Amino acid sequence: MQWTALSVFIAFFVLVTVVGFLAARWRRGSLDSIEEWGLAGRRFGTLVTWFLVGGDFYTAYTFIAVPALMYGAGALAFYAVPYTIVVYPIFFLILPRLWSVCKKHGYVTAADYVAGRFGDRWLALAVAVTGIVAVMPYIALQLAGMQAVISAMGLQGEWPLIVAFVVLALYTLTSGLRAPALIAIVKDLMIYITVIVAVVVIPIKLGGFHRMFAVAQTALATHNPPGALILPNQSATLYATLALGSALAAYVYPHTLTGIFSADSRRTIKKNMALLPAYTFGLGLITLLGLMALAVGIHTSNTNQAVPLLFLKEFPGWFAGFAFAAIAIGALVPAAIMSIAASNLFTRNIYRAFFHKQSSEKHEANVAKVVSLLVKVGALVFILGFPQQYAISLQQVGGILILQTVPALVFTLYTGWFHRRALLIGWLVGILYGIYMWGSTGYKSTTYAIHWFGASVSAYAGIWALILNIVVTVVLTLVFRAAKVYNGVDQTIASDYGPNA
Amino acid sequence: MNQVGEKRRSRWWYLLLLLPLVGTLIPPIYSSETPELWGIPFFYWYQMLWVIISSVITLIVYAITKNE
Repeated sequence: MQWTALSVFIAFFVLVTVVGFLAARWRRGSLDSIEEWGLAGRRFGTLVTWFLVGGDFYTAYTFIAVPALMYGAGALAFYAVPYTIVVYPIFFLILPRLWSVCKKHGYVTAADYVAGRFGDRWLALAVAVTGIVAVMPYIALQLAGMQAVISAMGLQGEWPLIVAFVVLALYTLTSGLRAPALIAIVKDLMIYITVIVAVVVIPIKLGGFHRMFAVAQTALATHNPPGALILPNQSATLYATLALGSALAAYVYPHTLTGIFSADSRRTIKKNMALLPAYTFGLGLITLLGLMALAVGIHTSNTNQAVPLLFLKEFPGWFAGFAFAAIAIGALVPAAIMSIAASNLFTRNIYRAFFHKQSSEKHEANVAKVVSLLVKVGALVFILGFPQQYAISLQQVGGILILQTVPALVFTLYTGWFHRRALLIGWLVGILYGIYMWGSTGYKSTTYAIHWFGASVSAYAGIWALILNIVVTVVLTLVFRAAKVYNGVDQTIASDYGPNA
Repeated sequence: MNQVGEKRRSRWWYLLLLLPLVGTLIPPIYSSETPELWGIPFFYWYQMLWVIISSVITLIVYAITKNE
């Protein structure tokens, strides 16, 4: 048992819990309305939005899963860097339009937007269900990250994880989106300190970057299958599609949109897209921790343990405890945002749209609060039911699903040409094909090879599914338009998407 | 009339945002060990450099289009 690390860890965890409960009093609004509980009243400015959206990116994904892949497979893991590079220019182009139309019409979720754009609650249902299911493996990834640091400190069993999640659930219930927003600020300061110390101290101890990379390369070559320090050319397509697919998925993930919708203006969003790459730089450095673990000779078959073991080996116990607290809190913040986003979707687009049309605002907010608990249970199903070689696969599985909502959520911002039935069928085909590809690997990998005239191209299954989805959507739109099939009533007008909405 | 023309021109600036995609999504451009920088292989420092370039590009486009 690592007592020093554990004491420091618990102290910071308690501190953050107190912050989470106090958050309810911050910029007070009536937490009985879903716009207040779930979007904090759309009042966050540049700085808070920066921390909040950053909190969506700096997660257990960053600190545990990406370095774990680096530790096991090498250069391929670095796709997280181009992913978080291209995501912001793409966001910059698309998100202001979505923000404007949602603000104008009071949409709380992406599915609200689809419902309004097409007057179609079934297409909205497809978007909502996809969002809810897709965040579950992503929340599961956060659980895996927390488990990695907790067990590194010598605590065995499931109960520490359960305690952490009960705490999370309670302050999500009482404070809504204000809790993760406020905690994100504390968490980021802790993470920046950890990262800076780690990337300065460890390479010095190892005798410089050149030697660190050389030793890591030797270690990677002994892995089965062997890892590579430099990306081999046959992995180029996989690397690029993972980066692009993750970036597009990030845009349609409900928790990202929750962060964006709570911003107070278009300008806040645009400015953030230039400022958020600061997180990418941190992420790139953190990814290298996987190589550092190899270089210092950490041996573990559970790759998630690579970074925690590195910290325990290279740092005094109190600092390892501090870093572990940063990681665990870094898992709690996105988990909270994700469960809030999923419950907003359930309440607005399933519960209200299909079961309880006349529900009051207070009743809606209460339903959302309960569902935020159920979503966390769904995450447990993923982590227990589909064990992955690398935790990062959990995020990629969610990505395969959520990517299939790209045509309905991105393309329709620019044109009213697409037919709602075509979008629905395209979505279904994409989902089924994506699950088929994932299943064909025994639910173990999200990489799928397509054979085409004797050539074989391996790429991220999410992208293959999205391509098929787009083809089906375009072809069927042509058919339905030619047949003059009714395309619903559009609540929005062209100017709703612009700066003067 | 003048305002419309100005708006058209500022649209072109958005194309700058595609540069980071071109720079980072074609791995054969940068998947090599050399040239090293401070002992860091090209593959790694090239992509980290694009974090900064991409941020600067986005900042420029923001400054030009912030009223839209």
